Amino acid sequence: MNYEAVIGLEVHAELLTKTKIFCSCSTEFGSEANTHVCPVCLGLPGTLPVLNKKVVEFAVKAGLALNCDISNFSKMDRKNYFYPDLPKAYQISQYDLPLCKNGYIEIELSNGEKKRIGLTRIHIEEDAGKLLHENVDGSLVDYNRTGVPLIEIVSDPDIRTPEEAYLYLTKLKSILEYSEVSDCKMQEGSLRVDTNISVRPVNSKKFGTKIEMKNINSFRAVERALAYEIKRQSKVYENGDNVIQETRRWDDQKGITEVMRSKEEAHDYRYFPDPDLVPIIISDEWREEIRRSLPEMPEHKKARFIKQYDIPEYDASIITSSKPLADFFEKCVTEYASAKTISNWIMGEMMRLLKETGKEIDEMPIKPHQMASLLKLIDKKVITGSIAKTVFEDMFNTGKDPEKIVDEKGLKQMSDVSQLREIAIKIINDNPKSVDDYKKGKDKAIGYLVGQMMKATRGKANPQLANKLLKEELSK
Amino acid sequence: MELYELTIHEIHDLLLKKEISAVDITNDFLKRIEDVEPKVEALLSKTKENALDEAKKADAMIKNGDINDLTGIPVIIKDNICTYGIKTTCASKMLEDFIPPYNATVIENLNKDGAIMLGKANLDEFAMGSSTENSAFKVTKNPWDLSRVPGGSSGGSAASIAADEGAFALGSDTGGSIRQPASLCGVVGMKPTYGLVSRYGLVAFASSLDQIGPLTKDVTDCAIVLNAIAGYDPKDSTSVNNVRLDDYKKLLNKDIKGLKVGYAKEFFGQGLDEEVKESIQSSLKLFESLGADVVEISLPYLDYALAAYYIVSSAEASSNLARYDGIRYGHNASQYDDLVDMYMVSRSEGFGKEVKRRIMLGTYVLSAGYYDAYYNKALKVRTLIRKDYERAFKDVDVIVGPTSPTVAFKIGEKTEDPLTMYLADVYTVPVNIAGLPGMSLPCGISNGMPVGLQIVGKYFDEGTMLNAAYAFEKAFNFNRKPSFKGGNNL
Repeated sequence: MNYEAVIGLEVHAELLTKTKIFCSCSTEFGSEANTHVCPVCLGLPGTLPVLNKKVVEFAVKAGLALNCDISNFSKMDRKNYFYPDLPKAYQISQYDLPLCKNGYIEIELSNGEKKRIGLTRIHIEEDAGKLLHENVDGSLVDYNRTGVPLIEIVSDPDIRTPEEAYLYLTKLKSILEYSEVSDCKMQEGSLRVDTNISVRPVNSKKFGTKIEMKNINSFRAVERALAYEIKRQSKVYENGDNVIQETRRWDDQKGITEVMRSKEEAHDYRYFPDPDLVPIIISDEWREEIRRSLPEMPEHKKARFIKQYDIPEYDASIITSSKPLADFFEKCVTEYASAKTISNWIMGEMMRLLKETGKEIDEMPIKPHQMASLLKLIDKKVITGSIAKTVFEDMFNTGKDPEKIVDEKGLKQMSDVSQLREIAIKIINDNPKSVDDYKKGKDKAIGYLVGQMMKATRGKANPQLANKLLKEELSK
Repeated sequence: MELYELTIHEIHDLLLKKEISAVDITNDFLKRIEDVEPKVEALLSKTKENALDEAKKADAMIKNGDINDLTGIPVIIKDNICTYGIKTTCASKMLEDFIPPYNATVIENLNKDGAIMLGKANLDEFAMGSSTENSAFKVTKNPWDLSRVPGGSSGGSAASIAADEGAFALGSDTGGSIRQPASLCGVVGMKPTYGLVSRYGLVAFASSLDQIGPLTKDVTDCAIVLNAIAGYDPKDSTSVNNVRLDDYKKLLNKDIKGLKVGYAKEFFGQGLDEEVKESIQSSLKLFESLGADVVEISLPYLDYALAAYYIVSSAEASSNLARYDGIRYGHNASQYDDLVDMYMVSRSEGFGKEVKRRIMLGTYVLSAGYYDAYYNKALKVRTLIRKDYERAFKDVDVIVGPTSPTVAFKIGEKTEDPLTMYLADVYTVPVNIAGLPGMSLPCGISNGMPVGLQIVGKYFDEGTMLNAAYAFEKAFNFNRKPSFKGGNNL
């Protein structure tokens, strides 16, 4: 029996407003515990929430970028439950009248096919605090995060494979970054993903029982977790059993999901409209004003890059996949004329190093002007292409200027003819067989000899000059 | 006449003429408090040192010519209004040691004007009650008869003014909690239109119904205090910003010829005490004699107001009081097994019976499967009641009737059956449901106890309402003071 997966994703993204959703505390990440708090976000007796207009603006922006209908009338509701990270014992969220509805994201599958994933809704809500259990007797709570504004983006259950889930998430992240409403840093918690998945026999119209997995900490891990669940659930059905509706935890180390400590019956959140807040009215004029303020979206930027910088679609696709990457590229182009060269370096060496070190582009210390300097050093033949790769890696790790690295490590290309001639003679003397091959007409042998010269000079020899001098000496 | 018997405007005149200082006044009131508190027990805390500091500051202000209506005037604050650095307990074990790190907006306003806080007044726990018997700490006595209740939930505020422990008090009114105790204690008490006075710093009971308001010795004082506390507050999203604020004192001009005064026939049904009824009917005749047109109106949905009120207020209260979990402030249990147990023990120990009753009621009406039948339905009834009033106000300018169906009852008389107590609010509750302004002032005596007349105005038309009260007050001339008789302390 063949099973297909039915997958829905709920993404929470922290909005990049300077202050919290209902008070004027800072939303800055990483500060000392309980330093960005006030009576309002601490839920002290007698305090009241006041909605931050920028939060609404950012949420509408995200909704427009994600092709949603923006509600003219929406409201805030209270979601009531008890937990130490929730000071008021209710979260102010939106229940039945969210800000945005009926959007979509288009993804491109590996076979080139385009697929639309629907978005059910986007709503605004406040974040809760953070609990710490390690190295303490009991638990500690940090309320810096309470009241940080979130948008919750709920997809339709249109996703059918783990690959589609991964593509959906990367596209969503890219659009949110481009809209400048969130920095989407999973490692800082500004982007969180919950997944729902069930399986059913292919062509069945009924839905199977779904399970929920919360807070998986990378897009690839989401992909892995979903793949595992599809196998697990299919096996359960094959054995004639039923899948139990529950919340499971993905263990990336072990590569399995486990039942989370089972909660008691599902929470009854007793939603009701928050009487401390008034309804939110988005006029057509305001909505259009926000639409006009939307920055250039990935699709447009890609098309523009192709045209403006004359780079192939493949390159443009990769470079515009993330806004920081696209911005880096464009800044480099203002300092160095050949866009294609920059693009090659980005897609080649830079992406390789980013992947290896697991860094994000904005954690990479190389500045656009340094990139340009490096390329100019190659052009001026101060260093060879292969040495440049070493320099680049050093720049990536230290942020130093390329000129400095070249100086410190003595990496300048050797172009002194007499110096190189000496080395060429030595290489010829050391490699009689290759010399013989060359004299017998094997042109490839010169490549080997040039290689030996590069090795002897640790890559610094000017390869064209090396080639020329070797040929000269060989013809003597 | 003693200093402590004077009204705000009378004390102000003395200060203006420099016949007396703010420190003098404060000392006089502080002594009065020491004299009568053992009998009345209206206060949960006294702020003597603070008061004298504030009095000195007020005198400095006055010396600089910086004097307004409330400078140097002593005030009593209900203990559910947050006062910076001063315990705010809501008469609950749950907040027994809570010291707010900030002031309610109304307190900031009074501080700016140079008013002098003498103490925090007793109330029914978390403002839930109609007799102040639900306080976790003490029972306040009615100064007119110490064996009777002062009403509630602002019983301490009302009793303290009736007993001349302050020149005015602030209370809060969710279902009648300013007006009913004012009626039972023979003072003036007023609830503004919802949204006129900031709720920031008022410990929330029912967010869509709560309002802070004044309790005073006369209508002029009431207008003065309203001037000081009314107005837009950006910290309160339900505070109105597009309403022209009047100088309420200037609108008191006595002439009410042609004023259309309505009374609802539904007021005079079962449960209304005969003598109270007679006082009200006499009051209507007095309005007529002053040139007003007294007209009968109908408010058919009034019958459902009490039920709608208890559903809506309990639902909101169950959510507003959920934050009292013992983690950041308040009572925390010492013995418990785990997190859930800690919540349950702390809250069971910290809250009194009536509060727990309403939290359970409120949780129930919001729960899955019941929301539509109760809460949602109550909200719709609310709209019907609002429409009743809107219809009536097309024909009349103010609506007049009894504040309370009875005069003050005996301590312990209604504590057996909660529903009996709830019926005490039957005339005041519809006003909160509709969000209209309402006030009570004395209009008679029955068996030695004061009777209160309720006047309700149109939205944001406090001026007309206060003026009608002012004209009545001048003509009726209540001029009676409590005698502190009865009770155990004699």
